[in-house]
Amino acid sequence: MADTGYDEWIDAVEAGEGYYLACPESHGSLPPRRTCPHCGALELEDQPLPDSGTVESFSVVHVAAPSFAGDTPYATAVVDFGPVRLTGVVRGVEFDDLEVGTSVGVTVEEHETTGDPVVVFRPR
Amino acid sequence: MTSVRVAGVGLTQFGRHPDRTGRDLFAEAALTAREDAGVPRQDIEALHYGNFMGALAEHQAHQGPLVAEAAGLTCPATRYEQACASAGVAARQAIKDVRNGEADVVLVGGMERMTNLETAEVTESLAIAADELYEVRAGITFPGAYALMAQAYFSQFGGEREDLAHIAAKNHHNAVNNEFAQYQREISVEQALDSPPVAEPLHLFDACPITDGASALVLVSDEYAEEHDIDAPVAITGTGQGGDKMALQDRDHLAQTPAATKAAEEAYADSGRSPEEIDVAEVHDCFTIAEVLALESLGFYEPGEGIGAARRGETTRDGDRPINLSGGLKAKGHPVGATGGSQLVEMTRLLRGDHPNSDVVADAEIGLTHNAGGTVASAVVHVLEVVN
Repeated sequence: MADTGYDEWIDAVEAGEGYYLACPESHGSLPPRRTCPHCGALELEDQPLPDSGTVESFSVVHVAAPSFAGDTPYATAVVDFGPVRLTGVVRGVEFDDLEVGTSVGVTVEEHETTGDPVVVFRPR
Repeated sequence: MTSVRVAGVGLTQFGRHPDRTGRDLFAEAALTAREDAGVPRQDIEALHYGNFMGALAEHQAHQGPLVAEAAGLTCPATRYEQACASAGVAARQAIKDVRNGEADVVLVGGMERMTNLETAEVTESLAIAADELYEVRAGITFPGAYALMAQAYFSQFGGEREDLAHIAAKNHHNAVNNEFAQYQREISVEQALDSPPVAEPLHLFDACPITDGASALVLVSDEYAEEHDIDAPVAITGTGQGGDKMALQDRDHLAQTPAATKAAEEAYADSGRSPEEIDVAEVHDCFTIAEVLALESLGFYEPGEGIGAARRGETTRDGDRPINLSGGLKAKGHPVGATGGSQLVEMTRLLRGDHPNSDVVADAEIGLTHNAGGTVASAVVHVLEVVN
């Protein structure tokens, strides 16, 4: 089963060519979109995702859904990339060293439990 | 415009009923509400019913007519799915039905059956209230999402786990003598702090339990109440609903819930009341941090000030404005699709004087309920008042 729009975005992030959708007012969003969720503009164009973002919030998850049960404990975070924020799993950092403001880059890696692709942040 | 009266209320015991069907749970609550109201069944013109995960838990969709039948009704019935706010939005539509003259008598409520599933299955089922592509696939659970909101709050405004632990202890204390509550027992602040982590900074005792249960109310127009000599001293005088972006990553704030602010502003304007006039409130504390965010969105506290309210004793039963005298979702339990209705039931009981905690707020005349869906991408607020 395909999720057109999302799948292509995941592939692009994995290839190091991540992008977001920008409207004429410079609001950012993620595909699939036909309209800007912030202002309703219909003209959306791909823009390259900035190389690094900062952790806006994070949590170390100890109790997961079955699809992530083999990954616990894992850190999840919302990361601010300027025009857009992304949500994903943080790897390559000790939990105690993770804090709001930590600078990270984004990639796509294999999910430990299912092998599916997952958005991953690593410190830069 | 007619005023909407609460003519009768009903609840099941909240807790573990793994072997009871959803239709049986709702039938119990609905028949209790009907008996409390004293309204003939043929006078009930519509059922507005909340349910979140019945398709997963019982492999049962199209629950409206199913539960109407179980409740002995033949009227049109509609199921609303709005995650944890399902019964709140159902109530809002029922109120509109009465106000616009579509109906004089409506039944509203909700049901959720959860404990027939394993905990892991419930965790997965609850997560579908989040954005599947951008949150669930990124490892977000329901506790994990509220943990992100809690961490963002601590980072932006300050506060610590002990502040949250005081909310958990307060709500357990309130549930002790509520006969419908899942946990009719005290917990200490230390126990809450020492409970195992679920999604840091939230621990087990920051979270509401997994609960089976149902709620129901009979709402009538004041003309109907007068004509049929129905004793209905509580009116719903204000209703409001707000929305926000589905995923946390697309919100303006991680540590505020503007959907609830919008819902509250609409409900205050509708009722002509202000936050200062609210004597008592039932708010959606699916996690302790959610109570904090609710208090601030409702205008009871400025952003950053709500975190210490329980610890300072302002929202306890002895405080200026008691919050969650039922025990809240935290201790009373959270049968997802029934919760919005149960808050209205508890507030009605508190105001009309037949709740075990009514004595705590004996002079209260104006109450508020706050029901939230997901990470507050949906919120519904109602104002209730004693009218005679």
